Amino acid sequence: MSRSASPTSSISIHDAIAANRRNTNLLMGGFVLTVGVVVFAAGVVLGLPPDVSGIVAAVGAGISVVIAWLLYRSSDSIVLGISEAKQVTREQYPELFRTVENLCIGAGLPMPKVYVIQDGAINAFATGRDPHHASIAVTTGLLQKTEKLELEGVIGHELSHVGNYDTRLMMVTAVLVGLIAILVDVMLRMTWYGAGARKRYKGKGEGGAGVLLLIGAIVALVLAPIVARLIQLAVSRQREYLADASSALLTRYPAGLAGALEKISKDDDPLDVATKGTAHLFIADPFKGNESSLNSLFQTHPPIAERIARLRAM
Amino acid sequence: MSAGIIVLIVILAIVAVVILFIWSTYNGLVTLRQRVREAWSGIDVQLKRRASLVPNLVETVKGYAAHEKTVFENVTKARSALMSATTPQQAAQADNMLTGALKTLFAVSEAYPDLKANQNFLQLQGELSDLEAKIAYARQFYNTNVRDFNTRVQVFPAVLIARNFGFKEEGYFEAEEAARADVKVSFSN
Repeated sequence: MSRSASPTSSISIHDAIAANRRNTNLLMGGFVLTVGVVVFAAGVVLGLPPDVSGIVAAVGAGISVVIAWLLYRSSDSIVLGISEAKQVTREQYPELFRTVENLCIGAGLPMPKVYVIQDGAINAFATGRDPHHASIAVTTGLLQKTEKLELEGVIGHELSHVGNYDTRLMMVTAVLVGLIAILVDVMLRMTWYGAGARKRYKGKGEGGAGVLLLIGAIVALVLAPIVARLIQLAVSRQREYLADASSALLTRYPAGLAGALEKISKDDDPLDVATKGTAHLFIADPFKGNESSLNSLFQTHPPIAERIARLRAM
Repeated sequence: MSAGIIVLIVILAIVAVVILFIWSTYNGLVTLRQRVREAWSGIDVQLKRRASLVPNLVETVKGYAAHEKTVFENVTKARSALMSATTPQQAAQADNMLTGALKTLFAVSEAYPDLKANQNFLQLQGELSDLEAKIAYARQFYNTNVRDFNTRVQVFPAVLIARNFGFKEEGYFEAEEAARADVKVSFSN
C-alpha cells in the first residue's frame, strides 16, 4: 500500500486522482485509435484493397500501442530534456533539497528527483507518471529571486500536482501535443513544397502525389483543433486552484505562494525553454504574454491575479 | 416461480449486500489505520535521528561550558524519555521536553563565543533545526491521517463496523504549548 494521502480533503483528492488516471487512459487509447483510423483511411484513399488496409491499420495501431507505452514510461525524461533541466545533487543545492524533502514528509510523498533549469525566469514544474517516478524542476531565477517561504509555496504547489497524479496526465499531454505539433508542421511543409514541385514538373506523377498532399492538408486541419482540445483537457483552472490550496494547507502559509506568484507576475523575463507542448506544465504562463497568437489561443493558465486573491483570502 | 423462492432470493440479496458493505468498510478502516501507522513511522525516523545527534551535541557544548550541569541533565533526561517512549503520546511529550531543553541549551551557548564559532557545533545546530522542521512536517502528515481515520471510525454507518471489530480512535501527536512555555533561559547557573 503505497498510496499517499494529500493534506486536503481526502474525497476531492481521490476524485482528482481517479479523473487523472481515467483521462490519461482515454488520451492514450484515443491516440492508438486515431493512428489506426488514419492509417486505414490513408490505405483506402491510396487504393489498397480494404483487407490490406485493415492489416496495415492493425500494424499501425500495434506500433502506436508500443509508442504509447514508451511515452508513458519516458515522457518525463523527454519533457525534462526539452526544458533543458539538469538533475542536481544535494551538495549543489542543499537549501532546495531540504525544502523539497521537508514538504515531501509533510505530504507523505517519496522524495522526487530534483532538476534545475539555468534560466533567469521565475518558474517551476513537476512531471512523472506517479509519485514514485516524479521529478521536480525549478529555474535558477526562482531560487535567486524568491525567499525561503515563497520557494516552499511553489514546491508545495508542484508536490500537490505529483500527489494528485496531475503530472501523469500533463506529461503525456505535453509529449502528444509536441508530437502532433511536429506532425502538423511536417504536413504543412510537405503541402507547401509539394505545391511548388507540382508547378515545376507539371504533368509528372501528379495523381498519387496530389492525393498524398491532400491527405496531408486534411490531417493537419483535423489535428490542429485536437491539439487545442488536448491542452484544455490537461489544463483546468480547477487543477491549478486545487494545487494552490493544497500547497497552502501543506506549508500552512498561503502568503508564501502568493508572494511567489506576485514576483512571477511582476517579473517579465520569459522562460526561453518553454514550448507549446510544455507550457501548461509550469506553475505560471512561461511566455509572459509575449507569445505568438497560436499560444495565446490556448490560454494555459488561470489569471495569476485571481490565484493571488484566492490565496490572500485563505 | 413460487412466492417462497422469490422471498428466498430477496433475503439472499439483502444478506449479500450486508456482507459486501461489512467487507468494504472493514478493508477501508484497515487501510486508513495502516496509513496512520506508516505516518507514525515517518515521525519516528526523524525523532530517532534527532535523539542520535543529542549526545554529540552535549559533548561538544561540555567542552566549552562544562558547568552548565542542569542544562545537560535536562537534555539527557528528555532524550532518554524519548528513546523509551512506546506510544505516540509519550513520544510527543518527550519530544516537546527535548525541544524545550535544546532551546535552553542553545540559548545558554550564546554566552560562549568560542563555542559559537565551533564548526562542529554550528553543523549540529543546523542539522537539529532542520530535523525540528522535518518533525513538524511529519507531525502534520501524521495528524492529517489520524483525523481521516478518526472521522471514519466515528461516522455512521462505519461506526457500527469499527466498534464490532475493535477499531479505536488514534491519538494526535501534539506540540504542547505548555512545553514551550517551560523554556527558561538562565545564565546564572
